[in-house]
Formats: sequence, C-alpha cells, structure tokens
Amino acid sequence: MSALSQRPDDAAVGLTVPHESAALHVTGAALYTDDLVGRFRDVLHAHPVQAPHAHARISRLDPTPALHVPGVVRILTAADVPGLNDSGVLGDQPLFPAEVMHHGQAVCWVLGETLEAARRGAEAIAASGVDYDPLPSVITVREAMAAGSFQGADRHVQRGDVETALHDAAQVFTGETEFAGQEHFYLETHASLAVVDESGQVFVQSSTQHPSETQGIVAHVLGVPDHAVTVQCLRMGGGFGGKEMQPHGFAAVAALGATLTGRPVRVRLTRAQDVTMTGKRHGFHAAWRVGFDAEGHFTALEATLTSDGGWSLDLSEPVLVRALCHVDNAYFIPNVSVRGRIALTHKTSQTAFRGFGGPQGMLVIEDIIGRCAPQLGLEPHELRRRNFYTAGQTTPYGQEVRHPDRLVRAWDTIAESAELDTRRAEIATFNASHATAKRALAVTPVKFGISFNFTPLNQAGALVHVYKDGSVLINHGGTEMGQGLHTKMIQVAATALGVPLHRVRLAPTRTDKVPNTSATAASSGADLNGGAVKDACEQIRARLDAVDDGAGLAWEDLVAKAYLARVQLWAAGFYRTEGLGWDAATMHGHPFKYFAYGVAAAEVEVDGFTGAYRTRRVDIVHDVGDSLSPVVDVGQIEGAFVQGAGWLTLEDLRWDEGDGPDRGRVTTQAASTYKLPSLSEMPEVFNVTLLPDAHEDGAVYGSKAVGEPPLMLAFSVREALRQAAAAFGPPGVSIDLASPATPEAVYWAIELARSAVPATPVPYAAGPAPRDGSPAAGDVEPVSAPPWQVQT
Amino acid sequence: MTRITVNVDGVEYSDDVEPRTLLVHYLRETLGKTGTVVGCDTSNCGACTVHLDGRSVKSCNVLAVQADGHEVTTIEGLAETAGSDGKLHPMQVAFHEAHGLQCGYCTPGMIMQACDLLKENPDPSEQEIREGLEGNLCRCTGYHNIVKAVQQAAAAMATDQPEPAREEVAS
Ligand code: FES
Ligand code: FES
Repeated sequence: MSALSQRPDDAAVGLTVPHESAALHVTGAALYTDDLVGRFRDVLHAHPVQAPHAHARISRLDPTPALHVPGVVRILTAADVPGLNDSGVLGDQPLFPAEVMHHGQAVCWVLGETLEAARRGAEAIAASGVDYDPLPSVITVREAMAAGSFQGADRHVQRGDVETALHDAAQVFTGETEFAGQEHFYLETHASLAVVDESGQVFVQSSTQHPSETQGIVAHVLGVPDHAVTVQCLRMGGGFGGKEMQPHGFAAVAALGATLTGRPVRVRLTRAQDVTMTGKRHGFHAAWRVGFDAEGHFTALEATLTSDGGWSLDLSEPVLVRALCHVDNAYFIPNVSVRGRIALTHKTSQTAFRGFGGPQGMLVIEDIIGRCAPQLGLEPHELRRRNFYTAGQTTPYGQEVRHPDRLVRAWDTIAESAELDTRRAEIATFNASHATAKRALAVTPVKFGISFNFTPLNQAGALVHVYKDGSVLINHGGTEMGQGLHTKMIQVAATALGVPLHRVRLAPTRTDKVPNTSATAASSGADLNGGAVKDACEQIRARLDAVDDGAGLAWEDLVAKAYLARVQLWAAGFYRTEGLGWDAATMHGHPFKYFAYGVAAAEVEVDGFTGAYRTRRVDIVHDVGDSLSPVVDVGQIEGAFVQGAGWLTLEDLRWDEGDGPDRGRVTTQAASTYKLPSLSEMPEVFNVTLLPDAHEDGAVYGSKAVGEPPLMLAFSVREALRQAAAAFGPPGVSIDLASPATPEAVYWAIELARSAVPATPVPYAAGPAPRDGSPAAGDVEPVSAPPWQVQT
Repeated sequence: MTRITVNVDGVEYSDDVEPRTLLVHYLRETLGKTGTVVGCDTSNCGACTVHLDGRSVKSCNVLAVQADGHEVTTIEGLAETAGSDGKLHPMQVAFHEAHGLQCGYCTPGMIMQACDLLKENPDPSEQEIREGLEGNLCRCTGYHNIVKAVQQAAAAMATDQPEPAREEVAS
C-alpha cells in the first residue's frame, strides 16, 4: 500500500453517497450553461450559416443580405478575427473557413436580438450572400484509402517477427473488419455564453470538458493573453468526449461576438446543428492476418488500422495511438505488427468518444476471435480464456501487465455467479428445439490502460480553502458531466481533512481558480484531480496537526486556533502520475499507470425471420479498485455498458455516400432517425458487481478509473449475436457480423449461416504481407461466403 | 401575438406570445423555468416533459397557446403541486436516493413522466415501468437505476396513501 492509496479508518471515500447535485437535479434547480441566458440583459443569439457541400471553395461571402433582416445586429466572419482564425490547437481547423471541408460546416455566424432574427439572417446569407465552387469529396474510409487521402502521422506498434511467426503458425486467417462511428448525443447540446466586463476581461461559460483549452483557444482567436479570458463550466448534460475538443469554436464565436458588440452572446446548438457540425467517434477499417498455434494460442497479428478522421486532425492522432495500444485487449500475442493511419474524409472532425480509440482497437481483436473460433474448432470463450495475459508478460508496446490474475478472478466469478455452464446447456436444448429462434451466450473480457497516453497530460491541480468557521470549499481542474467526479472529490477532501462530508462544498470549475488543467478525459478525472485535492488537503492537515500538537481539538476549534496563530488555512494541490514513460515515435514504453479489468456475459435471443433480438441477461464483474463511491461507480458501469451496446448494436450513423447534391450530409440528424438505446432495449436481467479485493497501489485511496473501461463490456452482446446467428447454420462456420449489429445486420449474418456449407478447418499458408492494408493476393477468407459478403 | 393565461406551478401568468411559440420556450424564456430542458427538438427524448392538466406532455411538442386556460406543472412545481408541504415528491426522493441520475439532464422529464405513469398505474411491474418510460431517453445511466427509482417511489407512495410525500431527502 502506498501513501497515495492508503485509506484512513472512517474514510468518507468508499461510502455510498448520492450524486453531489442530486438534490438540484430532481427539483430542476441544477443549472446548465444555456439556463443562464435569462440571468443576463441584452443577450445576443448566434446562428451559423451552414454550407450545403461536403467540399467546396467559398467564392463569395457577402453578409449584406442578413443586415437587412430586422433584429440582426452583426455578422461574424473571418475578417472580424483579431487573432488566430482557428478553433483547434494544430492549425488545421479554421473557425471561419475559406474552404468548406464538410457538409454543414459553419462558414459565418449571425448575431441577432432573438434567435429567430439570427436564424432568418443566416437564411438570407445562405440564399443570396454566399457562393460555392464545389470540389471533389472523399466520404467513406474506403474512398480515402483508394485515393490515398490521409492526414497526420502514421503509427506502428511492433514486437517480434510477424513474418516468421505467421509462416510457422498452425493456422493463419486473414480478413477485414469495418465498423461505424457513433454520435455522442449528450442530451445537452453544445452551449456557450460570453460576456465582457468593464476591464475587457472575457468571461465564457461553456459546456466544456476542457476549460483550459477552451480558454486558450478563445484567447488566441481574440488575440489576447490567456489571463484575459476566464472559462467556467458549471456542469454538462453529458460529455462522453464530445465536449473535449469540440466546444472551443463555439466558445470563441460567443467571445468574439461579445467583444465586438459589448453585449453577452449566446451560442446554443440545436440538435441538428450539433449532429451536423460536431465530431463523433471514429469509424475504422482494419485489414488483418492472424496466426494461431495448434492449441489455439495467438502466435502473430499483423494489421493495418485506418481510422476515419473526418476533415481535420482534432484528436485523431491520440485516438489512433490508444487504438493501437488496445488491439491486444486482454490477450498475449507474441509477434505483432500493427500499423495505424488516419483517413482524411469530408465529414465532421471525428474526435474523442468514451474509450478514445480503445474500443476500436479492441473491436478488431474481438472480431478476429469471434470469426476464427469456429474455424479453430474452439468455443469462443475457450479461445479467449486460453489467450489471457499471464503474470510477467508484456503488451506489444512493452508494458508489463500487472495483476492479470484479477481478470481471471472476474472471469471465474462470472462463470459461477451467472451459472454459465448450466445456461449453455439450457441454450443448447432451446436451440435444438427451436428452428426459428436461437439463443447464445458470450463472455468477453476488458483490459483498459489508464492514464493519458501522452505523459505530460497526467497532471492536475486543486485549490482548497478552509474558512475560519471550519467549512471547506474545494476547487479542482476536473469538470462534471454526470460521472460523479465532484461527488468523489468531496469524499476525497473529507477523507484527507478528516471532516464530515457536509463540511465540504465544491465550487464550479473555472480557469481562474486552477490553471493549465488537462481535459476531464481518459477516465483519469478522479485519479488526477483526486491526487491534487488530497495533496492540498494534506498540506493544510499537516499545518493543523502542528497547531493541535496531539491535543485532539475538535475541527472547528482547531481551525479557529490555527487562524489566530496565523497559520495558512488554504492550499494549492498538485498531482502528477509517477512512473510513466512513453516514446511516441517508437510506440514503446509504459504509458499507463495500471489496467482496469472487467468481464461481461451476455445472453441474447434472435428471431430467425427478422434478425430482431433481445438481450435476455447481462452479468458484469468490473474492477474499480477500492471504489471511491460505489453507487457512482456501478452507475458508470451500467451506463457505459448500455452506451457501448448502443454503438455496437443500435446506433446506425449514416452519411449520404451517393453522388447526388447532398453527398456528405449526415442523414441521421435526430433521435427520430438515429436509434439510441432506450428502455426497451435494456437487458431483461442486469447484474453488475464490483470486483472485491482489488486495491490499486498507484491511485488515490486505492481506487481505479471507471469512466471508459466498462463501455467495452458490450462486446459480449455483439459476440452473443454473432453466435446466435451462427446457430442457424451448421457448426464450424465463421460468421461475419457487421457493426453496428442492427437487426438487419443480424439478419444477413443469419442468412450467411444458413447458406454455409459445413466447413472443415483448413490451415492457410501465409502469403506475402499486405502492405497497403488489403489482404494479400492468394489469401482466402476461410469461409464459403455468399457473394455480398466477399470483400476481396 | 396572442394573449394567453396559464397557471404554471400554481401561479397564474398572462403573456402575449407568438402563436407558434412552443410551450417549452414559453416556460424557459418567458417564465424563466429552466428546470425544464430541451434535449432533442424532435419530441423523441422527453427531457422537456411537463404536466398539462395533470397529464404528461412533451412541451417541445405543444404550443404555448394550447396551454391557454390550462394548468401546467413543471419539475420546479412538482413538490408544491402535490401538496407536499415544502418537501420533495416521493418520485424526486426516489431518483435522489436510488442514484437514478448522472448528468441530470433527463431527470426532470423522467420524473414528470414517471409520476404520470404511477397516476395511471400505481403498482406497475418492471415491464410496465419500462414501457411507460420508453419515450424518455437517458444517455448516461443505462436506465437500470431509473427503473429502480420508480419502483421505490411506487412503494413509498403506496404506503403513504392517502397522504403523499412525507419523506425527506437524506443528503
Ligand atoms: S426536447 Fe422535447 S422530447 Fe426532446
Ligand atoms: S442522467 Fe444524463 S441523460 Fe439521463
């Protein structure tokens, strides 16, 4: 146990406490950014002019038509930007573009006395104020691969000798895996509200996961130093990564409008604007070759992953790195060569989304296992279990996998508590007696690395005040988006100071309280900010203990005495994660402080006529270390699982890929066409438990991060659907299941199973390596697939 | 502009509104009732759910003029309207205690819808709760605790009859 991880007796961490804002949420009193508008006078409303082309040069932009619309106050264009015309940090995301890079991109913004006036003004410009010269566009990742349309740095994770290993393998399989992105659909759309005070200080309230970066970008757009801009985030109505990089431009528009007009400016996107203007989870394409020995152990994996980055780099590079670092999931693969690259397509700028590339990398290996297991003559769960990391083994990028026994423990716990053997027998009986419905049960593991891959981001700050009356106010650099971070931070402070929870209050996240913060992302919010809060509290506690000198004074008396003795009663805390090291160029090192583990077992029933399915039961055992806040953590696990299941089975993000005038348009712009998980898709039985005895030495009070890892537990549903579809055909057939596995996709998988001829496993000789990401000539999909499934 | 008179959360308001003003915009922008939020704009998410004469409606799908002469209850007036004497409605207590919320954005709508459900069916099965709340989306919780919260509220309200809402929030 380390000083960081050790808990005192009677700790407030580990208690079951309600969400810190629960009382405000249930009464409607909790404020989100756009709720503040009514508290300001003379607010102007901003509306974008959105381009109707996927790719085009803007040949003329004349704001005059909008100025004739009653209530329009001002148009914001590139000419108004006093600083840098860019909403990102890499210089490739112009706020007011000269060239349209995706359908729906904002080319300028109209400010009006009412939102309606601004909207009419924007319509007037769209109708007669702007001309475009359309340019050829790249929409799908396959088009990008064919056209060589890439951006950013390629990456390569490499270990051992893949060629030799594939040559020596007992069986080699080759294939392609392609899967869709995901719309965040946080229920609160992007919102910013900016005001300028009498001294010119800009104050932006923003629904942002990364206030410091929002501040920096507002400042560079305005051409002022960072200290002239303050960003506050009260809370978000969901973020999920979608508010890590995407809020900056909207905050900058509000701030620019406020500085130019002297009036408060509000930007609040409609749902359709949010979907058509902001980035999403990256879809990926992967081409792979994989080798197994005679016992079904991985011997080698060679793959090329191509992420669909959209129009600008955004966070695509770190997302790709995390994908490459998770392609192994929980499995030891001795020889690895996995390349990654980022396609440039004329779509929204794809960005962070819970898991940040990890889910995409892991989907590749889980898809490989799901497709190869029947060919190897092994049950998928057996193939998975056989390849788990064991103590002392390292990942392809060289990090030792600590505590692999915990994954085994979770796996064995599920097997017992969910009665997997019994239920598998019941399912076999059910399937034998039902021709038109099939059930299946799949169990999948998660191993997810915690820390920002990019080591410098693993730092955080906090500011803790103890007032003379003994009440405590804490500030930290993390933002609250529902994940319960603030709840946990109050628990950490109460624990470190040794005061009851009700003595601690938390103030909203602001850049003038804690500077230079990292995004609340990578699941690291509690680890990093918890470390910083604890540090600040311990500084104060140490000073108080010196005053107390063993007398054992009551808290209030001690604080009063310390004040009179002129002892400083506040402190700034700082935390940096120790022991990390990462060489980005060689993709080697130990980027993660630890791994979070989890196991899920899902049972589904599929209808053979339609492909419709229901999830009959889900059991989860997940590792959160020693939980800081158990109900918060269980809630995160449940929510992440359902969101993952949404990505993998329901949420069918569509873009117009045709050659018509709407090419590149998102066609699923609302919840009416984009199917989100609702109550009707909930598992009928849903059991979530935390892995006991899971103390983590390297994190605050022995806890582990929880935000992202459980999302990937949803692979169990996808794999169960694959197995259920397979049950409609003869045994031993590899089933290719599209992602998302919508009922339609499942139906095609069933058809594939039904039309398959029973196959005997045939070893395939390794051919020359595919250099361009496509399977090499001579490689054969080891399945007799109907024509629409053959990809090469 | 059309003059409407609406009783919102027990208070009578008279305002001139454009006939196409949505009820949710009237509540938020004219009356400052920001507890009712907009999630989807397309009547799919239920975040904007309020009661119109005691029945749940999605207020992004109702015109303010349609509320003329009627009673609207929002999340902000739920406890008062239920005659709970300054205390929270049992449904609010249950969402609070059962951790039926994370970001909280869907919570007002969920609570309003759940109250309507229990009004119609005071003792719903788990399946009936799922069906009754199907028109309300939550992107955070995975719904599990929302169902539990409604069950808890139903139980509390059953034992509380005929005097609803006597619990206090433990925080
Ligand atoms: S905003 Fe009314 S249903 Fe979504
Ligand atoms: S709690 Fe965030 S949408 Fe339900």
